[in-house]
Amino acid sequence: MDGFGILKGLGVTLRRFIGTYIDDIKWLGKRYFTEDGIRHRMSKDVSGIFTVQYPEEKIPVPEEFRFIPFLVYEEKEDGRIFHRCTSCGICAKVCPPQCIWIVRTTDPKTGRPVPEPAEFYIDVDICMNCGYCAEYCPFDAIKMDHDYELSVYDRHTHNIYNKEKLSKPLSYYASIRPTNYQREEAIRAEAEAAKAAKKVAAEN
Amino acid sequence: MTEQLIMTDVDLAEKFPQKVKLDERKGYEGYLVDADAFLDVAKHLRDELGYDYLSSITGVDYYPENYMESVYHFFRTTGGPALVLKVQIPRDNAVVPSLVSIYPGAEFQEREAWDLLGIRYEGHPDLRRILMWEGFAGHPLRKDWREPYYEEDGKPFKSRWPDGHVYRIEDKNPFHKNVDYPADFDPDQWVPDNDSSLYASLTKIQSSLSDSGLKTDTVIVNMGPQHPSTHGVFRMVVLLEGETIRALKPVMGYLHRNHEKIGERNTYLMNMPFTDRLDYLSSMSNNFGYALAVEKLMGIKPPERAEYLRVIMAEFTRISNHLFAIGSLLNDLGAYFTPMLYAIEERELILDVFEAVAGSRMMCNYFRFGGVARDLPEGVYEKIRDLAYERLPRRIDELDLYLTNNEIIRARCEGVGILTPEQAIAYSASGPLLRASGVPYDIRRADPYSVYDRFEFDVAVRYHGDVYDRYLVRMDEIRQSIRILQQAIRDLPEGPIQAGKPQYQVRVPPGEAYGRVEAPKGELGFYVVSNGKPNPWRYHVRAPSFINITALETMAKGNKVADSVAILGSIDIVLGELDR
Repeated sequence: MDGFGILKGLGVTLRRFIGTYIDDIKWLGKRYFTEDGIRHRMSKDVSGIFTVQYPEEKIPVPEEFRFIPFLVYEEKEDGRIFHRCTSCGICAKVCPPQCIWIVRTTDPKTGRPVPEPAEFYIDVDICMNCGYCAEYCPFDAIKMDHDYELSVYDRHTHNIYNKEKLSKPLSYYASIRPTNYQREEAIRAEAEAAKAAKKVAAEN
Repeated sequence: MTEQLIMTDVDLAEKFPQKVKLDERKGYEGYLVDADAFLDVAKHLRDELGYDYLSSITGVDYYPENYMESVYHFFRTTGGPALVLKVQIPRDNAVVPSLVSIYPGAEFQEREAWDLLGIRYEGHPDLRRILMWEGFAGHPLRKDWREPYYEEDGKPFKSRWPDGHVYRIEDKNPFHKNVDYPADFDPDQWVPDNDSSLYASLTKIQSSLSDSGLKTDTVIVNMGPQHPSTHGVFRMVVLLEGETIRALKPVMGYLHRNHEKIGERNTYLMNMPFTDRLDYLSSMSNNFGYALAVEKLMGIKPPERAEYLRVIMAEFTRISNHLFAIGSLLNDLGAYFTPMLYAIEERELILDVFEAVAGSRMMCNYFRFGGVARDLPEGVYEKIRDLAYERLPRRIDELDLYLTNNEIIRARCEGVGILTPEQAIAYSASGPLLRASGVPYDIRRADPYSVYDRFEFDVAVRYHGDVYDRYLVRMDEIRQSIRILQQAIRDLPEGPIQAGKPQYQVRVPPGEAYGRVEAPKGELGFYVVSNGKPNPWRYHVRAPSFINITALETMAKGNKVADSVAILGSIDIVLGELDR
């Protein structure tokens, strides 16, 4: 029958329209601006409005989410900090748009390289957030961040990040990527133990 | 299949002695054909041997050896592997006979090879530049051509480490000083030629129109580059008689960034995230095609679990892409945004999965050579399972009820933009466009890759070849993808996800490889030539959006101008891929 298809289609729209209000009533005002509400709107059971009121509401990012790398540093008990980075340059070599710039430290006496970057820059205008630097870093020294709100008024003065701006503590890394952190620390501990055992064996 | 291949082998050599010989370079396949016998060989291929589908044309600049090569990949629409032909020509006089008279689908690809590599195709009806503008100096994909901010031939650049004092290239090499032009050229005096050759090709058609005896005037209308229906910056120049389209020329290249040149500067691994930016709606499929091509060269195979994960991601991509295509087709038809938002609500949930697995919603960069980047994090398997078994089937049924029998949609789409099966094959159309014209050609079936031979699914096909059937084929394909997903999720094996250790510098032996996948938009092929160095010598993308556009004029001719919008929407183009 002519027009029947349109009516059926309008029926779908109407059902959705009503469904929105029913869902709202079911949640009694808790559907918006609450963590549960956001989770519900991302789940398979959601019906009705699924939009999120950014920036008042924010969707939680999954652990693997990647945005702009940062350098991990560890804090010693006496308050000194040291970077895990040894300036081996693998991240700079693997970087597809070539936005990582590293100056290696050389020992002024011997002229030999010191495993600590003198300078470390990332041009975040160019970074394409591929995550290779973090993926291929053998020292777990560079990791991808979760912070995606980086707008600035002037890119010329702000968007080349230096070592200071890139550095974040290990505890921050552990907080944004707990499972990755635990897995990596287990591997590191194992490698440490193997190294110590080897040393003992060599001494004997 | 092997028997058939041997048969062609004997046939070609017997039929064309002295003119055709096997390509015996290590790592290469196919035949070398003399330029003067090339058209005869092509005709023989099409008419006698059944290679009716010319998939890809490209060129390679073998600069050190001082010759160029025009490379052709032929397939049978009944299935099976490629037959590769190559014509070798000197660099300073690169002339090859054009295949447009035998395979009309060669038209844009030959223009591209002329534009970027400077191979002149003799006998081409309209050999203009296609991605660069008319008047551009040089052919950018030639190895001796250097881009404005040239730094080195291959990455990684030496300036980054160990003495990487940061600078921005545009500060060192400011605007105006970064371009290179002939000494006798004065940019201030230059007047652009206003597309005179484009309009000339249209007025030629204009003068041939006066067959009715009645003298009528025609109008040339530029649709785009800024037009909401073109899905980006794409321009259609249409010649109208009244409201009827008499001729149509697509103009493209506004988003051109020479992806292939960038790819040849990159190392193999670096290209992976760049492929995401081709068809940015289906980055997983792009990853897939590129990974297949390089894995073919390297001779490695990913482990089982990785293969299944790849299939799962590729099928999710197909669903989300088709939902987007249907949504934007409806937008083009004037059903503003309600269908679009209904469709992309499901896409949103699929992108949530990609974000959790790959780390990014659209620029996934998930595939690696010999595997995938990471295993499913906790909780994602359940999410995927719920989507494939519960949510998506339910919602696709709803979408079907909502749109398929709507009388307005049927009135606008049925019988519009018809492409016959013969035309579809001749114009090298692929994907839903080809299958809506009644050609059941799906690479997952015709030339299976990865683990697609293990799944039960039907090749979606429809027979009218109009806009409505293209919509229906996409709906059918979503359903088939859900079927594949359900099987893949059920059978997902445990085990490693990467063959060997992850490496940031892969060793790729010299040779060539053509890896192709059934991407949501059609056949996505990557032609990669390696010379054993860390950077690919040649990296070519056979982009389905680009080649499907070849048939646009045929589809649009005789329709009303308002329908051109629906026809373009039904092809489903993405400009990131079309312009590369």
